[in-house]
Amino acid sequence: MTQAAPTLAVRATAERSAATARTATKRRPNRRIVLNIILGLFAILWMIPVIGLLVTAFRSTTDAQTTGWWTAIGNVFGQHWTTTNFVTAFTNLDLGTNFFNSVAVTVPATVLPIMFAAFAAYGFTFLDFKGKEVYFAVIVGLLVVPTQVALIPVLQAYVAFTKATGIPIVGQFPAAWVYHSAFALPLAIFILRNYMSTLPVALIEAARVDGASHFQIFWRLVVPMSMPALASFAIFQFLWVWNDYLTAYIFLGDANPVLTQALYGLLGQYAQGWNLVAAGSFITIVVPLIVFFGMQRYFVRGLTAGSVK
Amino acid sequence: MASVTFDKATRLYPGSTRPAVDAIDLEVADGEFLVLVGPSGCGKSTTLRMLAGLEEVNDGRILIGDRDVTDVPPKDRDIAMVFQNYALYPHMTVAENMGFALKIAGVNKDERATRVLEAAKLLDLEPYLGRKPKALSGGQRQRVAMGRAIVRQPQVFLMDEPLSNLDAKLRVQTRTQIASLQRRLGVTTVYVTHDQTEALTMGDRIAVLKDGVLQQVGTPRDLYERPNNVFVAGFIGSPAMNLFQADLTDAGVMFGNHPVAIDRATLAGISGKKVTVGIRPEDVTVATSGDGLPVEVDVIEELGADGNLYGHSDIAGARVDLCVRVDGRSHPNAGDKVYITPKEGHLHLFDVESGARVGEAVIA
Repeated sequence: MTQAAPTLAVRATAERSAATARTATKRRPNRRIVLNIILGLFAILWMIPVIGLLVTAFRSTTDAQTTGWWTAIGNVFGQHWTTTNFVTAFTNLDLGTNFFNSVAVTVPATVLPIMFAAFAAYGFTFLDFKGKEVYFAVIVGLLVVPTQVALIPVLQAYVAFTKATGIPIVGQFPAAWVYHSAFALPLAIFILRNYMSTLPVALIEAARVDGASHFQIFWRLVVPMSMPALASFAIFQFLWVWNDYLTAYIFLGDANPVLTQALYGLLGQYAQGWNLVAAGSFITIVVPLIVFFGMQRYFVRGLTAGSVK
Repeated sequence: MASVTFDKATRLYPGSTRPAVDAIDLEVADGEFLVLVGPSGCGKSTTLRMLAGLEEVNDGRILIGDRDVTDVPPKDRDIAMVFQNYALYPHMTVAENMGFALKIAGVNKDERATRVLEAAKLLDLEPYLGRKPKALSGGQRQRVAMGRAIVRQPQVFLMDEPLSNLDAKLRVQTRTQIASLQRRLGVTTVYVTHDQTEALTMGDRIAVLKDGVLQQVGTPRDLYERPNNVFVAGFIGSPAMNLFQADLTDAGVMFGNHPVAIDRATLAGISGKKVTVGIRPEDVTVATSGDGLPVEVDVIEELGADGNLYGHSDIAGARVDLCVRVDGRSHPNAGDKVYITPKEGHLHLFDVESGARVGEAVIA
């Protein structure tokens, strides 16, 4: 074999890749600009309600009552800008009690369904038992049941439970925990099972040969590797429960009011003072933001990199 | 350490009518390196997974030592397995990966560290103990997978094509390392591969499988010199053995116009007027004229020391492709016509119908 042939081949490939690189650099800036404009438009569109809320939070009660928030943007200097809304909202929200109540509801109502769902998802993914598909179909089917239809029956059941056992439940935190957890489970099981079924089966088999029981495989392998899915669901569930008003109002009511209920309390009988609600919303949004940014580091891609092949 | 026994072990996947592994009888002696080899889909991996306990045994038994493990879960079998894709735990360091089984078994921290370090030294993995699998090269990952098995000090090593993800050069290197390591540790090993070269170079004994049925078990030499049937004859050896049908006459088997005499006992074993003839590429004498099977040379493959002659011949109206080992320096060229005859004592005969071997290798 002569030397010329491979050299030529190498040169040809080099030229070809240089050519692709040139067209890529030529085309890329244009595409980037278009992409950024489209994304920017969407971002602005999605932000409009939040901007409205933010503007309102800094307006005086009279301004907020009489004109729309967008007029304030056109007439920035003709407004009575104020920060008293925040002060008033902060004092009236009674954060000491309500904040604690919100945490007391949200944390267990996030942790419990994740734990149960992770166990269930492990079973549905890695165990073989009769009727597996049927059970899973039933659970996924439960996704179509809206939360609201179960409010009255569950409330009745709680009352009946208290009558029978003497243990009070309505107005107590567990009332909200059970309800939130139950309705979170179908989606959580669905998401986690789908994620776990993407984990390499060889890993589970390796652990079985290594002598691990199902419980050990679950805690030492599957949970650490499922972190992205667990974290995503935790954020969804946390936000959902933290922002929930209906369930908390029905099952806890005035006995243990949560933040959303206190927020609603800022509104007068004729909806005057919604500038206070706007300010209050920005105060209560702090916690979800902390949770979101705190858990962001678990959204890691390629968590199983290097395990197989 | 222990022996391994398959006693009519069968695996029938639900919904299929033909067993993936069909009543296998196989004994692996204590400390032996047995290679399971066969084409893909022949049931060799299933056989290994049955021994690991990852695959159900539908019929028959599997024993490790004297213990019947047919229904014992994998974690209680005292075996270690090296997976084809290594299956390293991605969130653990190399040291944690290797020590995982010991941790599960409740071995204390100091002993764990000692044993991990010992295995790491054996495999040149010491500098990487603190790394995660994704920061390792393919060869290093493969060694970690080996290390994880060695640390266990199990009764039996199971290896499922552990080299198939390495590049050619590393594969040859690692092949030798694994074979010598196994001999040093003396642990009974069952090794699965589809590569007959790997099987020949590594195994004390080789078991050839096809369609879930065990074809032949023997030493590499046995399998090469005395294949039991046409399948083993064609599968073991590279380039493969030449196999074609030849006529039987009173003078013997017709190798072209060159008759090869066969003894009476062998002749008695042949039914019909034809026989399948097998001859390895290196067991052929090439002449430019004279008698023998005429072969048209299509291409010569240069290998340096010697070469492979690929050609075809016309046998009973059908084209038969043939491969012959020739000298590297002086050999016929493409387009030439040559005449080949078998060397003494190297002609294999097989029954046309059953493919089973007939008699011993025949003298020319």
